[in-house]
Amino acid sequence: MRREPPQRLADYGPLFFPAGMLTVFFVVPFATMIAVSFFQREQGGFYQPAFVLDNYARFLSLFFGRVLGFSLMLAIAVAIACVVIGIPFTYLLSRTARKVQILWLVALLSILSLSEVMIGFAWSTLFSRTAGLTNLFVWLGLMAQPQALTPSFGAVMTAMTYQAFPYTVLVLYPALVRLDPTLTEAARTLGASPVKAFFTVVVPALRNTILATLIMVFIFALGSYLLPQLLGRPQHWTLSVLITDQAIYQSNMPFAAAMAVFLVLVTLGLVGLALYAGRQKEAA
Amino acid sequence: MTALRRLFFFLVGLFLALPLIVVAGVSVNQKQTLAFPPQGFSLSWYGEIFTNSEWRNALIASVTLAALSAALALLVALPLAWFLWRRVAPWANIFRLLGVAPFTLPPVITALGLLTFWATTGFYGQPWTAVISHAIFFVTLPLVTLSLGFSAIDRSLVEAAATMGADDRTIFRTVVMPLILPYVVSGYAFAFVLSLNEYIVAYMTVGFTMETLPIKIFNALRYGYTPTMASVTVLFLAIAAVVFGLVARFGDLPKLLGAMAEDK
Repeated sequence: MRREPPQRLADYGPLFFPAGMLTVFFVVPFATMIAVSFFQREQGGFYQPAFVLDNYARFLSLFFGRVLGFSLMLAIAVAIACVVIGIPFTYLLSRTARKVQILWLVALLSILSLSEVMIGFAWSTLFSRTAGLTNLFVWLGLMAQPQALTPSFGAVMTAMTYQAFPYTVLVLYPALVRLDPTLTEAARTLGASPVKAFFTVVVPALRNTILATLIMVFIFALGSYLLPQLLGRPQHWTLSVLITDQAIYQSNMPFAAAMAVFLVLVTLGLVGLALYAGRQKEAA
Repeated sequence: MTALRRLFFFLVGLFLALPLIVVAGVSVNQKQTLAFPPQGFSLSWYGEIFTNSEWRNALIASVTLAALSAALALLVALPLAWFLWRRVAPWANIFRLLGVAPFTLPPVITALGLLTFWATTGFYGQPWTAVISHAIFFVTLPLVTLSLGFSAIDRSLVEAAATMGADDRTIFRTVVMPLILPYVVSGYAFAFVLSLNEYIVAYMTVGFTMETLPIKIFNALRYGYTPTMASVTVLFLAIAAVVFGLVARFGDLPKLLGAMAEDK
């Protein structure tokens, strides 16, 4: 059987169901959301078809600027933390025995699939006064009495790093497994220490992978919708949290939709950048 | 160096395990307290998931939703992946892109898109809308694993079958299907586990009419604390570990995750 272009209508048969489903339940909802972002909001959570730019005009407020700035800053911080720990970790992981690798991969996948609600709950427990880390510090004599570590920026940051770390490792994993081991071997033979070989050979060879991973993790962190709400103060709310809040609790669908459209544009721009960075791999 | 590496692995492992250890500890408290180390030992909070009707209903809702939506995701992904592999049709890649998009964009966007859609069409709150929503949201996973599975098929096998006179249908049933079955199973497994844990899409589509376990935990968190949340978290973690463990046991997990088949 040669691979050939579809000729008869029947050849397109298998495509009908998937194409239909994706169009009706992804493209149409997406278009609906874009349309709603231009609608006029009415009292009581309803909205009217219209074409107004009010919802987008609200972006220009100081409050929105602050939320956007904070969201981007937080996502960048999380991405950097994850990649800085993730690269040496994944590098070492890719060089361990296959059994050990699989064990870690299963653990990482399990944590990655854990609901954001559960991650938030787990960290709020760990940071709580009654069952938290500080009890350990008190027991060790480092602290006088246990205290709650939430809500705080540190708590949000830690939990988001926790959530994004398995993702980072899984994004880096294929590139690091494929990395030619003779590269580091050559460096070692020439007298470089393992640490020096890592920084002077592995890191530069992976420059574009690292950049692409940073962007992927950044987008992942931008999507975190619960942790800032569960572990932070209102000033730690991100764009994702705000969209949920506007849609569900403030019943302002048009504004929520406008913010979502904006988030899509930011994300698509970054995905484009990540793909571009990834494609430069061979050129480098 | 080995000691240093061990220490590094240990620290990362500790960071990953610490919240889970505390949650596991909290889940066996005798009384309804948020205490660690646990006071007393009791497994009654695990029993609570199955005996308390609210938690049980949420568990049933979650499992049903995950089983159905993962199956639907597979039904969308399988013909699409097969078509992309069988035919030369570069324009059809747009559907691959559409299949990967919901998972790449921040989840809140897919959730909001579906919320406006179901509200506009008047089906908002119907339980089946969550099944379709999750299937679309997670179609990426079977699509990626299946594309990988198809690309691993040796085309000469298929050609041999075709030369012997087998038509597409026969080839699919007797050659292709057995070869991609492991990828079908792992695609389903990934979609199932993630759907089980998913919160925002479920919340925005059926959050006011139906409670899945993540929604139930979130609602319960707002009214205070019960150790059942901890036992559910441990249960879900165990389910994920068992499912991924099985995928690793019967399939090639490193390869599924993008590493080339290696001779390690």
